[in-house]
Amino acid sequence: MSLDTDASSSDAPNLFGSRRSRLFVGRRGLAASSISTVLLVGAIVLILFVAPGGAVFRYYFFNLHDMRIAWDGHASQGISALSRSLFTNVWMFLVSEVLVLFFGLTIAWTRISRTPVLFPVRMLVTVYTDVFRGVPLLIVVYLVGDGLPALRLGFISNQSPSIYGVVALTLTYSAYVSEVLRAGINSVPHGQLLAARSLGLSPTSTMRRVVLPQAVRTVIPPLLNDFVSLQKDTALVSVLGVIEIANAGQISASTLFNGSGLVAAALFFLALTIPMTRLTDHLIERDRSRRLAGS
Amino acid sequence: MLELNDVVKRFDDNEVLSGVSLQLHRHEVVCLIGASGSGKSTLLRCSNMLEDIDAGSITLFGQGLEDRRIDPNLVRRHVALVFQSFNLFPHLSVLDNILLGPVYAMKRKRADVRDEALALLDRIGLRDRANDFPDRLSGGQQQRVAIVRSLAMQPSLLLLDEVTSALDPTLVGEVLDLLRDLAASGTTMLIATHEMNFAKDVSHQVAYLDKGVLVEKGTPEQIFNSPQHEATRIFLERVR
Ligand SMILES: Nc1ncnc2c1ncn2[C@@H]1O[C@H](COP(=O)(O)OP(=O)(O)OP(=O)(O)O)[C@@H](O)[C@H]1O
Ligand SMILES: [Mg+2]
Repeated sequence: MSLDTDASSSDAPNLFGSRRSRLFVGRRGLAASSISTVLLVGAIVLILFVAPGGAVFRYYFFNLHDMRIAWDGHASQGISALSRSLFTNVWMFLVSEVLVLFFGLTIAWTRISRTPVLFPVRMLVTVYTDVFRGVPLLIVVYLVGDGLPALRLGFISNQSPSIYGVVALTLTYSAYVSEVLRAGINSVPHGQLLAARSLGLSPTSTMRRVVLPQAVRTVIPPLLNDFVSLQKDTALVSVLGVIEIANAGQISASTLFNGSGLVAAALFFLALTIPMTRLTDHLIERDRSRRLAGS
Repeated sequence: MLELNDVVKRFDDNEVLSGVSLQLHRHEVVCLIGASGSGKSTLLRCSNMLEDIDAGSITLFGQGLEDRRIDPNLVRRHVALVFQSFNLFPHLSVLDNILLGPVYAMKRKRADVRDEALALLDRIGLRDRANDFPDRLSGGQQQRVAIVRSLAMQPSLLLLDEVTSALDPTLVGEVLDLLRDLAASGTTMLIATHEMNFAKDVSHQVAYLDKGVLVEKGTPEQIFNSPQHEATRIFLERVR
């Protein structure tokens, strides 16, 4: 039998893909994706125009005139400006996020440590995370916002509702975030800890220089996920009478009988969260390519 | 320098070391041989306090390690342990891997240690890879960096746990050469290894460990040419 090196020999397997699979590669892939995007968006917009109630819907939610009034506010009609109330959301989530990171890390660390003296604290902290991951944030907001003032405990009971909102957000989200951080810390291989300890690094240095930098990689996506939720949940604080942006949108909607203010508030949240998710992806990608490039 | 007396170590009911005694003098190289699971790694880990012992005593520079005032982190600075699986820090460059211990455990100035670290990298021929991340290096290169990372702590004693076992056979040589080099320059080492030929020509003493018992210890000639115990003879037959 002669050695057969000829690719065209009759029993050579067919390596060509189907016509359909070739539609989605290279330049043609780009064209295909653009066309399908246009078609999809077009279809959604079309529904707003052909639906029987389409005109009413568009008028009620996408009325630029009323959106404008809601955005700028209208003192004599009692409409608070979205453009100002949004700062309430911004400071509430900024402060909460810093506090959540601090407490989340402390809780995660406490739960991981095996120091005997911390035993009762570990128990307490475990109960805490179980409770606050289980109770709906809305209820926590009510309990804190109505409960703490009722205590009549001077300083603690004399804060503004938005402060209580921050407290409630921090309580709930510290529980979530501590679990995310704990999982991240535990994901670092045990050999890394052994190596750090063998170099004589203290537990604190081991945590700071070896464990946390590696945990951050796994932790960032779920952490930012929780932060996106937290930012949206600042709207729940409105039940304490805080005029944050969603509440202001709601006020404009019931005053003007037009929901465009609510849509404007929704756009605000989108403007906040979309860059954040894009940034996360960018950071992950940059870190990955930096390490692969080896510099 | 290092002295183990009747050391016993248990994991739950499993007695892994049953009264091991061993001495290591300055500039001495001792190789630990023995089947898988005989307790070699455990012995090394006990020696730098990564594991607590259940009975017996370990003395380092004449100081008993059971003393409550002993700081394990200080002990580990003097007794460096190199792992079978390298355990380099993947988020740090090769240079930063080496600098971590001196800078954060010994609190030395980064700029001062940098030159020493580069000189160490020079010694293993990897100076030009100082800024690479560990996953860009071959296994042999990673293990050599791991050894040098331990050396940067200027330890009095180097413990090596089967440092060539995870390596491709073609890469074993470069790591063993580095160890020979260290032995020649007087580094005190306790080496767990499966490389019998290496053990034969590098060590002053060879100790055979069998199921947690130190059966026999002697010069390479004694152990390899005329072992006194049946168990040692059988083990050496098998690995040959
Ligand atoms: N952390 C641990 N917990 C429980 N058992 C352990 C632990 N570490 C080791 N052992 C047990 O101790 C025994 C000795 O293990 P050790 O790793 O010291 O052996 P070894 O001689 O180094 O083997 P090898 O050549 O495979 O590395 C084994 O039976 C192992 O299962
Ligand atoms: Mg071992």
